[in-house]
Amino acid sequence: MSEPIIRIRDLVRHYVMGSETVQALRGVSLDIQRNEYVAIMGPSGSGKSTMMNVLGCLDTPTSGEYWLNGQEVSRLTDDALARVRNKEIGFVFQTFNLLPRASALHNVELPLVYAGVGGKDRRDRAAQALQIVGLADRMHHRPNELSGGQRQRVAIARALVNSPSILLADEPTGNLDSTTSEEIMGVFRELHDKGQTVIMVTHEPDIAAHAARVVVLRDGRVEIDRLTRDVAA
Amino acid sequence: MRWFEAVRLAFRTIRAQKLKSFFSLVGVLIGVTFLIAVVSIVTGMNRYMEDRFANGLIGLNTFLLRQRPNFTSGNVPEDVWRGWMRRPRITYGDADFVRERVRTPVTYAKFCSDRVGVSYGSKTAKDMDLVGTEPSYFKIKDYKLVAGRPFTVQEVRAGMPVVVIGQAVAEKLLVGVDPIGKDVRIGGLPYRIIGLVEPQGSLFGLSLDKFAIIPYTAPGRRMICPINVLDHLMIQADNPALMVTAMGEVEAAMRTRRHLKPGDENNFHLETSASALEGWKKVSKILITFLPMLVSISLIVGGIVIMNIMLMAVAERTREIGIRKALGARRRDILAQFVVESATLSALGALMGIGTGIVLAFVVRAVTPLPAAIAPWSIVLGVTVGVLVGVVAGVYPANRASKLDPIVALRAE
Repeated sequence: MSEPIIRIRDLVRHYVMGSETVQALRGVSLDIQRNEYVAIMGPSGSGKSTMMNVLGCLDTPTSGEYWLNGQEVSRLTDDALARVRNKEIGFVFQTFNLLPRASALHNVELPLVYAGVGGKDRRDRAAQALQIVGLADRMHHRPNELSGGQRQRVAIARALVNSPSILLADEPTGNLDSTTSEEIMGVFRELHDKGQTVIMVTHEPDIAAHAARVVVLRDGRVEIDRLTRDVAA
Repeated sequence: MRWFEAVRLAFRTIRAQKLKSFFSLVGVLIGVTFLIAVVSIVTGMNRYMEDRFANGLIGLNTFLLRQRPNFTSGNVPEDVWRGWMRRPRITYGDADFVRERVRTPVTYAKFCSDRVGVSYGSKTAKDMDLVGTEPSYFKIKDYKLVAGRPFTVQEVRAGMPVVVIGQAVAEKLLVGVDPIGKDVRIGGLPYRIIGLVEPQGSLFGLSLDKFAIIPYTAPGRRMICPINVLDHLMIQADNPALMVTAMGEVEAAMRTRRHLKPGDENNFHLETSASALEGWKKVSKILITFLPMLVSISLIVGGIVIMNIMLMAVAERTREIGIRKALGARRRDILAQFVVESATLSALGALMGIGTGIVLAFVVRAVTPLPAAIAPWSIVLGVTVGVLVGVVAGVYPANRASKLDPIVALRAE
């Protein structure tokens, strides 16, 4: 088997909150292969948000190893992590997290701005990403002129524009009705079919069911890790 | 992120909140307005003093041979003053001696004056400058006549009681009357008006038209100077270089005439417009020196306002910062974004300040006798100072923004 895109070993993350130490992750080990479609589940307090932050290189673990696309990223500096986020990770958030005053196109351009891509090339790539998610005709609309589903599509386009190693979605349908949720899941499926690695954090079983593999966390450890058919069964 | 991206982003942000942005740059605007306006007025005054005041008071490329300085700046010590008063006065003989000795082609005019009243019928124009001189005076002062003629060398030689008057005299005494040929009384003696000089305008609100010019040999000459004594001899050259040469020759001639030994100080004074300007130069130097203090106070206030606005902006846009960081913005990208935004804001304020400063300078010029001229260096300084204030004010808020934890920032509402 080829080198996994994500390789996690004995990942531990402690938080010090006042006088207490919260053990969010207590030794997680996990491999995710290229072009996998993984849902990370778990009840609140299970450590899935922390897991999401560490996977997204927004947070660094207290101990353990995290190899992303062949690079050990758990000990990098803030600026180096920013580079990794920019190149390797495409985020999709529950609350979309679009810049409210910027057009859809400009929102999608953002990762390219920080990658140092300029001018026409940047606009072309952003426009192309919007086309992939079916919003070519909404390019110059602002987020408040778009529906929830459209906003999430803009966010997906933004996540894809830098051709990241992993698409990391945090409750991507949490703010959407069920019809729109299905639509967004359709987009994810398409991307996965085209070879994109997708990791999705969710607490909704029917959303997790779209993934090929489900990892369930409980009390900071992996409780279940199996293919969806098994979960569904 | 490239710097022009940051500038473009800054403009977009500023445009999105026009009113707030405007209020935040008012401090800088006022500071720069002040800078431009005061510098413009001082520069304008400088030019005005050199062009008009000095030349108007003395004459273009003209210097005066005098007993003692007329324009003094600051306090003259008592003993120096007494020394001046002990000097021999300039006589007709001195004037003639100098005229014989000086080789440089120059124009001379003997000159005496005092304040007197000029009467016509029952009316009197008080405090008019009565000038006793020669026909060449009209050339030196560049006086153009709107009616009549100046007096002639023959009239001077004959000591004729003729007078050429300024506009103020005509307006006061001869409303709606052709002044030429009328007789006015000066010091009880009758003079015939033979000419009227065109309006000379005013200097700092003081009319330059309040004068009457008579031959220095005219009957009433005792009113202005003792017989055989002059206030000064005016000497005009064709250009500044010739003026310097002529001054050297006049000095040499006077030293000979006064029998001064090589070590002796001159017991006469050569006055140029430079000495008339000295006092003004002191004032303008003080203004220019204190200006930075005045301007920096408003700029410091402006900087503090901008810093506060930027701190607010960082707080309000925490989520935006979180998004940008999640998408790959490094610390320096966020730092650059907010510093550039602050600098752009401040520079905009400076640009507006330059505009309002220029407008203010022109308004001052229009409604007061103070002149104004825009100094290019003050505009460059205004922009530089504006950008600098913005950068300094932006560093602290930008640093705070750049240090935000992306996870916390993303959670902000």
